Amino acid sequence: MCNCDKFGTDEQEKSFFDLLKKNKNKNGNIMPVLQKTQEIFGYIPEVCIKHVSKTLNLPESKIYGIITFYSQFSLTPKAKYNINVCLGTACFVLGAQTVLDKVLDKLKVRVGQMTEDGKWIVTTCRCLGCCGLAPVLTINGEVYGNVKISDIDRILDSYKD
Amino acid sequence: MDFKKLQEIKEKYKAEVEFRKSLDTSGVDYKFDILVCGGAGCQSCKSNSVQEELEKIVKKKKLSKVIKVHGVGCLGLCVKGPIIIIYPNDALYEKVSPNDCEEIISSLMQGKLIERLLPHENGKVYERMRELPFCKKQKYIARNNAEFMSLENIMNDYIALDGYLALYKVLTSMSQDDVIKEITDSGLRGRGGAGFSTGKKWQLTKVVDAKDKIVICNADEGDPGAFMDRSIIEGNPHSIIEAMEICGYAIGASQGYVYLRAEYPLAGERLQMAIDEAYKYGLLGKNIFGTNFSFDLEIKHGAGAFVCGEETALMRSIEGNRGEPNLKPPYPANKGLYGKPTVINNVETFANIAQIINNGAKFYNSIGTETSKGTKVFAITGKINNSGLIELPMGTTINEIIYDIGGGIPNNKKFKAVQMGGPSGGCIPAKYGDVPIDYESLKEYGSMMGSGGMIVMDEDTCMVNIARFFLEFSVDESCGKCTPCRIGNKRMLEILEKICDGKGTMKDLDELEKLAHYVSENSLCGLGQCSPNPVLSTLRHFKDEYIEHINGHCRGGVCKNLTKYEIDKEKCVGCSMCFHNCPVRAISGEVGKKFHIDPNICIKCGKCYEVCRFHAVKRS
Repeated sequence: MCNCDKFGTDEQEKSFFDLLKKNKNKNGNIMPVLQKTQEIFGYIPEVCIKHVSKTLNLPESKIYGIITFYSQFSLTPKAKYNINVCLGTACFVLGAQTVLDKVLDKLKVRVGQMTEDGKWIVTTCRCLGCCGLAPVLTINGEVYGNVKISDIDRILDSYKD
Repeated sequence: MDFKKLQEIKEKYKAEVEFRKSLDTSGVDYKFDILVCGGAGCQSCKSNSVQEELEKIVKKKKLSKVIKVHGVGCLGLCVKGPIIIIYPNDALYEKVSPNDCEEIISSLMQGKLIERLLPHENGKVYERMRELPFCKKQKYIARNNAEFMSLENIMNDYIALDGYLALYKVLTSMSQDDVIKEITDSGLRGRGGAGFSTGKKWQLTKVVDAKDKIVICNADEGDPGAFMDRSIIEGNPHSIIEAMEICGYAIGASQGYVYLRAEYPLAGERLQMAIDEAYKYGLLGKNIFGTNFSFDLEIKHGAGAFVCGEETALMRSIEGNRGEPNLKPPYPANKGLYGKPTVINNVETFANIAQIINNGAKFYNSIGTETSKGTKVFAITGKINNSGLIELPMGTTINEIIYDIGGGIPNNKKFKAVQMGGPSGGCIPAKYGDVPIDYESLKEYGSMMGSGGMIVMDEDTCMVNIARFFLEFSVDESCGKCTPCRIGNKRMLEILEKICDGKGTMKDLDELEKLAHYVSENSLCGLGQCSPNPVLSTLRHFKDEYIEHINGHCRGGVCKNLTKYEIDKEKCVGCSMCFHNCPVRAISGEVGKKFHIDPNICIKCGKCYEVCRFHAVKRS
């Protein structure tokens, strides 16, 4: 049914087409479909917009409009692990900048840039609301509080694969 | 499910919850019940591992018949997490680590408590949670009973604490008008911010002649620093389900949606579990309690857009569109989700409903002030000792909250202002600390109730910078549909940035105020109309600080271009404390000699200023 290049693993593509089958012509389900697609691939591959458009009977422009409106959706691939360093006021004062520098130095990337193996991406945010634990960083949502520079090697090395 | 079955469940689990609630040990054969806080705050400091460790030790020591271990919803004292409560001692342990668990169990078996884990305040150790000043002054209605329900058995525990009794009462002995009258008489007003009468909202929707109507629970809690809705859903999800059904009955709706923000995965999980259980028990679905009333409930997940907390934008989002607001009227009561009459209430509003039905309107409207009845949950954060969630009668003063419950400002600093209502609210200066908090008084001083986030600020906070911070948030989150909000806020932010950089002029202040009024009068939705509030309220109460910035001075030492750190050579003893704490190595010197800050490297983080014990670091 599709001649275009592969846009995910066999498993991912299968879950995606199963998802579409379940939602055929249900154009009210656009949000859950996009959320599920994002969950399957970690982002929304451009070609998926075409498939979703056909199955749900919605213009591609509208789907693109929804994707770009909500900050949860992404059109670019995400790294396996997103390491998010909080640069909120409390964290900053307690040395978050040096923590960030150490992380960047270890992974040899800039903020927002993915490592070559696609394993890591480093982002920063203003406040995670864990100010009592400052400085804080999260790895795929897992919170690490009271982080010291000397902890960085150990924390990152615990994510082996 | 019928009444007999409900009573049976209640009887079966009553002893367990009374053990926790009334500390009545007679009905159960175990000795202790340990509840581990499973709120998102405590979970992020690994309360899960504490619970696992406690369970492991209990099992290893073969004490399962003596000590029970359960999870519990958010207890409110987030800054002290992970927290556990031990019943029937009613003891609260704070900052518990898995390494403490062995000692916790063995000391319990010896009939002792561990003093170092108990809360200390003003030199006093509190052995009983209910005696803690933080807990003692609170009045729980919306957050009622959450601390007595175990997460593992939440459906049965909720029923044992009179859960779903209000729904039974409504369905079997009250007319639609009776319900609406009871809610109207209670004086309950919307807890999402604007404070519209809940009973009136239901009445307006009820009178519309339509076949299908809809109930929506707004759980898109987006204000930074507010997390009461999250805590209610995580700890007591059935109170929301029950209230939405009561609302459905009152207005004639059989479909409900909870719009939950994407950032709350744990709340989504717990609510989904509760919904599934309610279906299993026949408390959702067709012919509830054998009556003609049927109700279906579904969660709709947001995808990260602050503006979706606005009711018309929220409905567009559920329908599968960009979450852009619409002009009102038509109001949702007439034309809401999919064009059907819709009631939208906030989580906290719903959390009050069952309590009002069970205890009567009079019970509720006897609490509070002339215009604002009942209690309000506040999330108190910022420069305060006990940050966390508190529920208090309307009319409590700001000073009571900050000093009696919040434990005052850390490091003996001076209380300067409190910011309420998030990006839509404003700052109230310390001199109005004796003002009783209600919808009207807050408005009078240029702020608003909002969702109840209270951010406390001390003398080191720069009010211009705070205005900039909130405006930046509004600029980020503006949906872009209407011009005043999209462009006006951006221009205001530019002016504020100019002032914070020390490049502002007096003319800028006039321009800023003019623009703020323009944006507030001409924006399409609540987000735009309220976004200038942080600017307007700081201009009103702290204009002198704006003028100081224009003259090149920031008294909080926050605006970097206006701040300089120096070491006073006379006071410096050469301890090297500043040297070791400087994150960018801007400080040089030798131990025992005078240290020096290189202004070219200094990032003005203020760390040296804080750590110097000899007040040798000067900020100017």
